[in-house]
Amino acid sequence: MADEKLYDPKALADLKEAEAKWSGGPVKKTLERFPEQKKDYKLTSGVEIKRLYTPLDVADEDYLGDLGFPGEYPFTRGVQPTMYRGRFWTMRQYAGFGSAEETNARFKYLLEHGQTGLSVAFDLPTQIGYDSDHPLAEGEVGKVGVAIDSLEDLETLFAGIPLDKVSTSMTINAPAAILLAMYQAVGEKQGVPGKALNGTVQNDILKEYAARGTYIFPPKPSMRLVTDIFAYCAKEMPEWNTISISGYHIREAGATAVQEVAFTLANGIAYVQAAIGAGLDVDSFGPRLSFFFNSHLDFLEEVAKFRAARRLWARIMKERFKAKNPRSWMLRFHTQTAGVTLTAQQPDNNIVRVAWQALAAVLGGTQSLHTNSRDEALALPSEDSVRIALRTQQLIAHESGAADTIDPLGGSYYIEGLTDRIEQEAARYIEKIDGMGGAPAAIERGYVQAEIQDSAYRYQLEVESGDRVIVGVNKFQVEEKELAGLLRIDPEVAARQTERLARLKARRDGAAVTASLQALERTARGKDNLLPAIYECVKAYATLGEVSDVLRKVFGEYRGSTAL
Amino acid sequence: MSEETKIRVLVAKPGLDGHDRGAKVIARALRDAGMEVIYTGLRQTPEQIAEAALQEDVDVVGLSSLSGAHRHLFPRVVEALRAKGLGDVIVVGGGIIPAEDVPDLKRAGVAELFGPGTPTTAVAEFIRREVAGRRAAG
Repeated sequence: MADEKLYDPKALADLKEAEAKWSGGPVKKTLERFPEQKKDYKLTSGVEIKRLYTPLDVADEDYLGDLGFPGEYPFTRGVQPTMYRGRFWTMRQYAGFGSAEETNARFKYLLEHGQTGLSVAFDLPTQIGYDSDHPLAEGEVGKVGVAIDSLEDLETLFAGIPLDKVSTSMTINAPAAILLAMYQAVGEKQGVPGKALNGTVQNDILKEYAARGTYIFPPKPSMRLVTDIFAYCAKEMPEWNTISISGYHIREAGATAVQEVAFTLANGIAYVQAAIGAGLDVDSFGPRLSFFFNSHLDFLEEVAKFRAARRLWARIMKERFKAKNPRSWMLRFHTQTAGVTLTAQQPDNNIVRVAWQALAAVLGGTQSLHTNSRDEALALPSEDSVRIALRTQQLIAHESGAADTIDPLGGSYYIEGLTDRIEQEAARYIEKIDGMGGAPAAIERGYVQAEIQDSAYRYQLEVESGDRVIVGVNKFQVEEKELAGLLRIDPEVAARQTERLARLKARRDGAAVTASLQALERTARGKDNLLPAIYECVKAYATLGEVSDVLRKVFGEYRGSTAL
Repeated sequence: MSEETKIRVLVAKPGLDGHDRGAKVIARALRDAGMEVIYTGLRQTPEQIAEAALQEDVDVVGLSSLSGAHRHLFPRVVEALRAKGLGDVIVVGGGIIPAEDVPDLKRAGVAELFGPGTPTTAVAEFIRREVAGRRAAG
């Protein structure tokens, strides 16, 4: 497609000659007197960073084929035709701790301060399908999120929050079907039909095995739960994002930017294949797939990463899976700033780190954003810290000007060159994973985990050798003062939650609960969609633990690896 | 250090927390520092950790928790070790642990807590010193 090249070959030849002169002349002379600060300039992905990027680095680019226009294939420049000029990204702070009442109050606080979507953090027992009175829940109830044992708790969580007016993201994976059914039931009680519910369940089990750890069931029945949600929502909750295919935790566990894109999209491919295998048409669920990425320290690499991921997914959906609906090609994503980059030392510095990570997400075209709070290397965030984090997004939206034009870094020789490079490197990884039989097989044999662990260890060694400077940690240290006003979780929350659960069990219709759980067991042993049966259970106030136990009984439990 | 006297460390994840980047990085660093390291994997109860410590005959148990359950779980592990007659095993911990929790955990028998940003070399040095002290005393 030489005729579509943006640069005249003669001009490029002249440029090449001029660049050689510059390198051999002024640069060489300067280097002789003033050597550069680092011996190697490299991205986290190991890709070498050149001293300077010029049109030579993007000479092969075909503008219409590789970049196109916002809202059009391959969506490199964004998924909507007007991007933030039409509407800013959704400002969505992940929140949840203690009881449903406490978290309900935090949600209202955030909405009052201009947050535009909710994001529920559940405690670990909830995420792993245990009620608050389970022995393994001891010490964990209400700690990293809110404790939800039954529909009653979810009713309390959304009391006074009309579900047709907010969109709600729920970070829930192994028991995603149960929480989704509860949310639909809360909607019904508020008079909001499933068709009017907006939000997301994370529902990404593959990354739980690879990086995050809140799995319950073995891969096969877990994939059935995932695709049952796809099929159920296509009919009952058509506006719902049925999955948030997450690179965030893969990155937090140590992956590089390239690995984050590669392993996330490889998981995405596995879900699409599983759904097609279950008899679904790719365009029936493709438009409801959503993604979740990390925004890490290397500002420009991150901007390029988001663009590369968007283009690569569009190509996979269109070319590999033959999706016809343009909405199936779009990679829509949520971003969270990198928790792992927050330091316990000089925590106020984290405000600055978060600000540029958030800006990278915006320049990368994110659809929604969570900004971390400065104190999260020490505890769950305090109200003051959360407000600063939310304000950071509002400052970027309203004061920085970054949202006034679409993809403002598009066309930068460096960004475009890097976007190409990240896409190529990620595609190479995906090819390798395909060769192993796809993401589930690659995870099963520990390949993905080993790749992530190697990167994490390399990163740590760079910090310890001082090659990677972390301000306040291995350079510019001070005597640390204790940060005041950290959030403490009320130690009584577990006892209160257990009492509430006992009262519920005494009050509910026990026969209806038993019947619904038995019906679920029959469904689980067969092939029908699990969601309608789960919906009946939660409406009868069967608990999360009871429903999970039925599925544990039928499906068995997954045991994690102890490999180092 | 000869094969016989190699320090043996059990790196364990008590509770339901799935964040194991730190645990695995520490495990690998201690291994590179010449120690024998065993990793329990996720979701271990205090009793399971104590049992593994017994089976593996370790000098040190390293606990990691980022979920806020450390106040509850770390002392339980110390108790479970003592119940098995392993009161001389050195217990250290790391994760998201506010400074104000450290004195209570030390009173409960945790020898040292290592917060975010600690160089792995500092952990290895601490372990070497403590184990040498206990071996000399024992």
